[in-house]
Amino acid sequence: MIEKNAVCFSIIDQPESWKIQTYMSSGGYLTWKKILQGQPGNETRKEIIETIKKSGLRGRGGAGFPTGLKWSFMPEGDEQKYIVCNSDESEPGTCHDREILKLNPHALVEGMAIAGFAMNATMGYNYVRGEFIKECFPRIEAAITEAYAHGILGENILDSGVNFDLYNFLGAGAYICGEETGLLESLEGKQGKPRFKPPFPANYGLYGQPTTVNNTQTLASIPKIIEKGPEWYTSMGSEKSPGTIIFSVSGHVNKPGNFELPLAIPFDVLLDKAGGVIDGKKLKAVIPGGSSTKILKADVISKCTMDYESLQDAGSALGTGAVVVIAEGTCMVNLLKRISQFYYSESCGQCSPCREGTGWMYKILERITQGQGTQNDLSLLLDVAGKIEGTTICAFGDASAWPVQSFLENFYEEFEYMVKNDGKSLAA
Amino acid sequence: MKKTKPQELSEEVRKEINKWVAKFPEGKQRSAIIGSLHALQKANNGSLTTELMDTLADYLCLPKMYIYEMATFYSMFQTKAVGKNEISICTNISCMLSGSDKIVQHIENRLNIKLGESTKDGKFFLKKEEECLAACTGAPMMMVNHQYIENLTIEKVDEIIDQLERN
Repeated sequence: MIEKNAVCFSIIDQPESWKIQTYMSSGGYLTWKKILQGQPGNETRKEIIETIKKSGLRGRGGAGFPTGLKWSFMPEGDEQKYIVCNSDESEPGTCHDREILKLNPHALVEGMAIAGFAMNATMGYNYVRGEFIKECFPRIEAAITEAYAHGILGENILDSGVNFDLYNFLGAGAYICGEETGLLESLEGKQGKPRFKPPFPANYGLYGQPTTVNNTQTLASIPKIIEKGPEWYTSMGSEKSPGTIIFSVSGHVNKPGNFELPLAIPFDVLLDKAGGVIDGKKLKAVIPGGSSTKILKADVISKCTMDYESLQDAGSALGTGAVVVIAEGTCMVNLLKRISQFYYSESCGQCSPCREGTGWMYKILERITQGQGTQNDLSLLLDVAGKIEGTTICAFGDASAWPVQSFLENFYEEFEYMVKNDGKSLAA
Repeated sequence: MKKTKPQELSEEVRKEINKWVAKFPEGKQRSAIIGSLHALQKANNGSLTTELMDTLADYLCLPKMYIYEMATFYSMFQTKAVGKNEISICTNISCMLSGSDKIVQHIENRLNIKLGESTKDGKFFLKKEEECLAACTGAPMMMVNHQYIENLTIEKVDEIIDQLERN
């Protein structure tokens, strides 16, 4: 049997799972309290970071960078340090951090407190996307208030000598703020324009101080991993992709949903969990990790397991675990046009290749779908994408180029047909 | 630009701004701009004016440009007057695959406006939503005054608009 809801979703089926009483009655905050009661010092910090390293936890925000290693980059010393949570969930297809914020916010609060302690960061900010203002934000605000009222956050917590203050921040609508240095700029009250790296946030982060930015799911996984031990965590998933991840399965499936499952399950098993392709249709393609990852044809994805390595070997990436399922009959030119419109509109505008190139790609696709495209436009699209890739400050540029490249690589005949037939779609 | 007179901030708005300022270290009140703009916009029927932004700049002791550049960068802030009820229909990939185009068309026809416009009676603002609203497993979906409404059908949309029209 495949274990489900083992980590971040462990209590979501309980009534009022977001309340501190519910969380505590399931053993919540015991890990944090145990750390505080054990005369916490630098040795404890090292142990926690070692545990996270051993668990093999990788950042769930999309890049998959090993979390323990990221934590170990923080300098020692007494200067003010920060832990920042990236709850700016906005990669198209992704909607699981929303569930954590809504249904298990205390796991995030506890995870941030532990992470903050491990890196000697006495202040934390949770950056929540602006659109969550009415739904998630009140929940996570209430969770922090409850935690303070129980004496689990603040100064000299439970007489341990440990201080940790945690605050929620609210964005205001900008995909680019999901990029960690764009997020820090936004948190400082500026436009969310990503910073040039190096220096990385561990050396120069929020207000110029050492900072670590982790994703919501990553941080919400911390309490369970420490409670049950890294061996338990690595007993799920594969050797290089251990543990669990929440897959957001959407698009052409019968039962779309968020599924917390071990990594490395076969794609077919995941598709089955989501009720299979709608209306008994055939699978055409899958975007496996959010719109920034490369699209894979049905025969390719069907051979994949859902982990970092398998999807990378197939030419794509696990990304955020946002699996967008596409059935036979879907026009890939129109779908790519929508994706390109998104990147055009969300480019922050500071690097010319991205600011100009995303507009070019969108406009070319628009004229193709309007029946005014030429054969030359197809090579022009690839040319523009190639000039954005690798030439910008942040990964947004690559993310705008990869869909164009992979859609053309896999479905060239659909683009060519449309150009030759005055905008008529081959798929429809 | 026209010379403007700073407006008075209401007690409620001031309280909200102070709450945001208190979250950040001393001297870092620039971090409170987004939270403050949310509060100002809410109290001003869903949009911001230059006067309001100038008042905020004075209140936070920051250059006016710091406020303007935020209000124009972030898509949730409106710098022109808009209708009372804000509707944002998600049209990103998962919603598109689930038929969001039809939802957009239906609402445009029913309200007789295009995306980005407000109705003449000032009741509705149909925001042009470019981003994915992170409710992909409930596609198609929309936000009405920031409430998430998922698994939309034409009937469900009509019910919601009927209700808003009555209020």
